[in-house]
Amino acid sequence: MKQGLLAGIVPVLLIAAAWAPQWLVFLLALALAKGLVVLGLLLLMRTGLVSFGQGLYFGLGAYAAALLAHRGGLADAALMIVAGPACAAAVAAILGLLLARYREIFFAMLSLAFSMILYGLLVKSSTLGSTDGFHVQVRQLAGLALAAGAERRVFFAVSVVVAFILTWVLHRYLASHWGRVSTAIRDNELRVEYLGASVYRVVYANYVIAAALAGLGGAFAALAVGHVDPETTYWTTSGEFVFIAILGGDLRGAAHRCRAVRAQRLADGARRGDARDHHVPAGRPVDARAQESVVNPTKSGTDHVFSGRTKTWSVPVFWIFE
Amino acid sequence: MSPILQAEGLQKNFGAVTAAADISLAFEREAVVSLIGANGAGKTTFLNMVTGYLRPDAGRIRFDGRDLVGRAPREITALGLSRSFQIPQLFQSLSVRENLLVAEGIAGAERVEEATDALLERFALQEYAGRPAGVLPEGIRKLLDVAMALVAQPKLLLLDEPTSGVAADEKFGIMDLVMGAVRGQGVTVLFVEHDMEIVSRYAARVIAFYDGRVIADGTPAQVLDAAEVRRYVIGDEHAAA
Repeated sequence: MKQGLLAGIVPVLLIAAAWAPQWLVFLLALALAKGLVVLGLLLLMRTGLVSFGQGLYFGLGAYAAALLAHRGGLADAALMIVAGPACAAAVAAILGLLLARYREIFFAMLSLAFSMILYGLLVKSSTLGSTDGFHVQVRQLAGLALAAGAERRVFFAVSVVVAFILTWVLHRYLASHWGRVSTAIRDNELRVEYLGASVYRVVYANYVIAAALAGLGGAFAALAVGHVDPETTYWTTSGEFVFIAILGGDLRGAAHRCRAVRAQRLADGARRGDARDHHVPAGRPVDARAQESVVNPTKSGTDHVFSGRTKTWSVPVFWIFE
Repeated sequence: MSPILQAEGLQKNFGAVTAAADISLAFEREAVVSLIGANGAGKTTFLNMVTGYLRPDAGRIRFDGRDLVGRAPREITALGLSRSFQIPQLFQSLSVRENLLVAEGIAGAERVEEATDALLERFALQEYAGRPAGVLPEGIRKLLDVAMALVAQPKLLLLDEPTSGVAADEKFGIMDLVMGAVRGQGVTVLFVEHDMEIVSRYAARVIAFYDGRVIADGTPAQVLDAAEVRRYVIGDEHAAA
């Protein structure tokens, strides 16, 4: 039933890719990109881990894809879509050796620390555009030239298909033995070890998979926005992923992507409504400007998030991470 | 025939507390042995050292001809040594059936579903198959814990207080199910127990611990009648009654 519903959303999104206004395509593309990151995050949560550093892989994926076009001269979306997750997975394969040994707040803080290290490196790297980042212009997909103005619609359509396939694959994975073991690890690591399985290996594998998904999300985000900057790795970005994951709940089909759409819509709404009043610097990616445009958190504001007042929860979502 | 498990000169200290002081024991194949002793006598520490949860400060542990010291619990399980716990270690959010499916999957069972059904039947758990492990009665939790330990088809099964926290009228039923499940399977059973009725009824050999040492080793009648055991384990008043 849920799988059928998910499959039913795909043609709707593909139709939207062709006919929806550009602003909506942009919104959906960015939401879907972030939804992929959250998909990986939920896999980690299934294993009992909360990463506050998925921005590291989101940013790595975005930069790897963008650099391929910007510096590598390979401005082909297909290659960029492969480069993003490959780069993220490669880094995760190294960092995961350490992080898979940690749990709870230690895992969360270490993952956050690594993402902030990358943020620091990017901010100080003038060759990568420092805080401004750099633009990415891609008008080619798997060797096929795309018409001007249509490229973002095509990239979104590709992301819809890829996201659907990966959601299905992850669903199968979680329904498999190793998926059950992930849940078992969340419940009781000691028992898993005494049954004869290596908790470390399962956590490590899930960590790398989550990173690859985040890298893929980053690559799609770079294609959607046409710009990358260090904000992609900043802790507020990682926090946003965690918040979407919490809103989406456990791994339930497309729920997390629906939440991502809502969060993205709210971010855009905040940008349109408040940008004039808060002197947002020009030339920044839309999402970053949206977040910067929201006022600082107040106690009463954040209280709404947890008070069950459903009409007011949405705006403070972003206050928390400012 | 060589013993399946052999411990030589095991020592373990936790600061100033001696949990194991030069323990040397050997266990014959397919035997049913009970470890008794007051709280803090060193029974669970012995089990924890054998299963790799604790590393002994000194001494050797050989299982089926292989050295166990320094091995991780999962490696020891792979060698054919499984355990249940005093507080059942279950996957609380998973159903009874899913708990067993996880165990069967890790053990590499060929027909996981059929093997799980058979295990549910063998431990009379069908009625609870769909219920989350976190809401089960204690006796059922104990049974599930033992059932999961048996999935790996161990040569040696260690049970840590299999009837503790269970209603008095259920304890024999639980032990009957457990012993029935291992009977004829070539499994050596080593269980820690405080209930002397259980010890007398199910164990062929009893080992009494006190203060990290073995103070008696023999048949249930011999050990339960030993003066030191009556004084330090059973309690003279209880023994007299």
